[in-house]
Amino acid sequence: MAVYEHTYKQYLGKLTPEWSRFLVIPRHAFQDVFKSKLFTAFFVICFLPLLVEAILIYLHHNVSALAILRVNVRELIPIDASFFQFWVNFQAWPAYFVMLLVGPPLVSRDLRNNALPLYLCRPFSRTEYVLGKMSVLLILLSAITWVPQLLLFLFQSYLEGATWFIENLHLASAIFISSVVWILLLALLSQAVSALVKWRVIASAGLLGIFFIPWVFGEVVNQMFLTRWGSIISLGALMRNVTSGLFGTFAQASAQITQFDGRVGREVVVNEMPLWAAWLALFVVCAICLALLSRKVKAYEVVR
Amino acid sequence: MELSETIQKQASLPDPANFAPVIDLNGLSVTFGGRPILQNLQGELRGRAIGLLGPNGAGKTTLIHTLLGFHLPSSGTAHIFGQDIITDAKQIRSFVGYMPERDSYIAKMSAVHFVRLMAELSGLPPEAALERAHEALFYVGLGEARYRSLDTYSLGMKQLAKLAQAIVHGPSLIFLDEPTNGLDPPARQRMIRLVREIRDSGKANIVLSSHLLRDVEECCEEILILKDGRLAVYCNLEEERKSNRKFLLLEIRGDQDKFAEGLGALGCEYAITGDHRVKVVLQGGTEVRDLYHLASQFDVQIRRLSYKRDSLEDIFLKAMENGHGGL
Repeated sequence: MAVYEHTYKQYLGKLTPEWSRFLVIPRHAFQDVFKSKLFTAFFVICFLPLLVEAILIYLHHNVSALAILRVNVRELIPIDASFFQFWVNFQAWPAYFVMLLVGPPLVSRDLRNNALPLYLCRPFSRTEYVLGKMSVLLILLSAITWVPQLLLFLFQSYLEGATWFIENLHLASAIFISSVVWILLLALLSQAVSALVKWRVIASAGLLGIFFIPWVFGEVVNQMFLTRWGSIISLGALMRNVTSGLFGTFAQASAQITQFDGRVGREVVVNEMPLWAAWLALFVVCAICLALLSRKVKAYEVVR
Repeated sequence: MELSETIQKQASLPDPANFAPVIDLNGLSVTFGGRPILQNLQGELRGRAIGLLGPNGAGKTTLIHTLLGFHLPSSGTAHIFGQDIITDAKQIRSFVGYMPERDSYIAKMSAVHFVRLMAELSGLPPEAALERAHEALFYVGLGEARYRSLDTYSLGMKQLAKLAQAIVHGPSLIFLDEPTNGLDPPARQRMIRLVREIRDSGKANIVLSSHLLRDVEECCEEILILKDGRLAVYCNLEEERKSNRKFLLLEIRGDQDKFAEGLGALGCEYAITGDHRVKVVLQGGTEVRDLYHLASQFDVQIRRLSYKRDSLEDIFLKAMENGHGGL
């Protein structure tokens, strides 16, 4: 089949290891994604909060810089669990927007153009396909969430000393686990929604709706029934609770509300839903996404 | 020796009949929602180019999909080069290529990028995949258009791009599902020529599914006809034609009734098929020269004499009338 021979010939060379073939998908997807200058610019902007975080950590340990800025170290935010939790929660937003831009076309484009048989007629399973597509988001979102966050944690440890590092090692696992849970949730949701609706714009709208409509509805339920269980349908609230749990800042009694019954006011303590409920809800959402993907990602759908 | 090497060696040998069949059907049945689509298919397919024929809905595409592992058989199984389609599906997919019937491509991708991606998914390293992608696109005639986005391709070009992705990794068996669908006559000719070239290279076996008899007739040595999900006919096209060589079609002038009586006296089966036309089946011992003697005896002119072989259309129509057959 050489260009100049114009004959059919078989390939007799070496093959890549089977386990690594799912990585072909993200490699080609990145070429496509970073073709857009707008997206590349946005992706670079996603690192700006991390730069601010790095500067804050640096200022804490640089007396001359503090002197130049005429700032007392006590006036700065302390570098503790809350500090890292804040930045992990903050970076969840850029991650969400990157998912909105990259996630929807990944599966929907293949389904719309009947490309799945082309993937699956090769030594490439459905699991590898889903894993490959998810890797696109897993790699991109990791690059702006837990990887730099852990590097900043190491930076802080380097500046503060080995004792601080050992005492706060749980923060590293909290950064990693909470970010990975968020990334997995985003990746699974975007794949499942795009597999379900097949159209990019509708999939993007669906992903916006999934996060914001239940949040509004949950808040309405919370206000009406003076509870926090309404948040069980809000993915953002679930993630906030899970992250708080991992960083050790979770408080069961989260709010005190003054309820007026006629002229008489009384204080009502509203308890957050327990952590296990948040974990369970996230697990259920992920399981539904996987079930949807298992149903939709097929070479051909049999019409019964 | 690795499986791929064994298959490649086998595929390049002149007589594959001594080895494992290309496709071995062992009571293969497929059911969708309680409705039988393929029913108890049996047989060994050994041809270098096998035509899969049948009316719409006969189960041709389902058979290909089942062999590729897209659908699980409800009973029975099949083997491709000795590998079981249920237990060795992944191995099978490493040495087969598939050109789907429907429009299938990855949007917003150039042809060379698309074919390279497909080659890499088949296990080729990136450099080799890129080289083979270029070669495959030149081979199918898309060399000049290989950097264009697939979205801008015409239907014929998309068909050729599908063929390129099916052969880029150099498979030993290529499934072509309706490869000439929607093509204009020149594009169809180009596709048929490519299929024949691949067949004649001796490096790959081909299973060509089509409802166009002419495509199959031009490309295939063996045919498998499906009817209502059952195997109606499996035969070697050339042998089938040879076995019917003694059909003669005569165009005569003169007293055709007397001539016909004479044919009867010679022991030949005959049929007057139209004005001045007689179809004759020569029986043992009777030669063509006897017909000329007979004609001169009855003062009849034989204006034209031609061997009438059973065309694929005859075989197909017979299969549709007779129903279920076997190997």
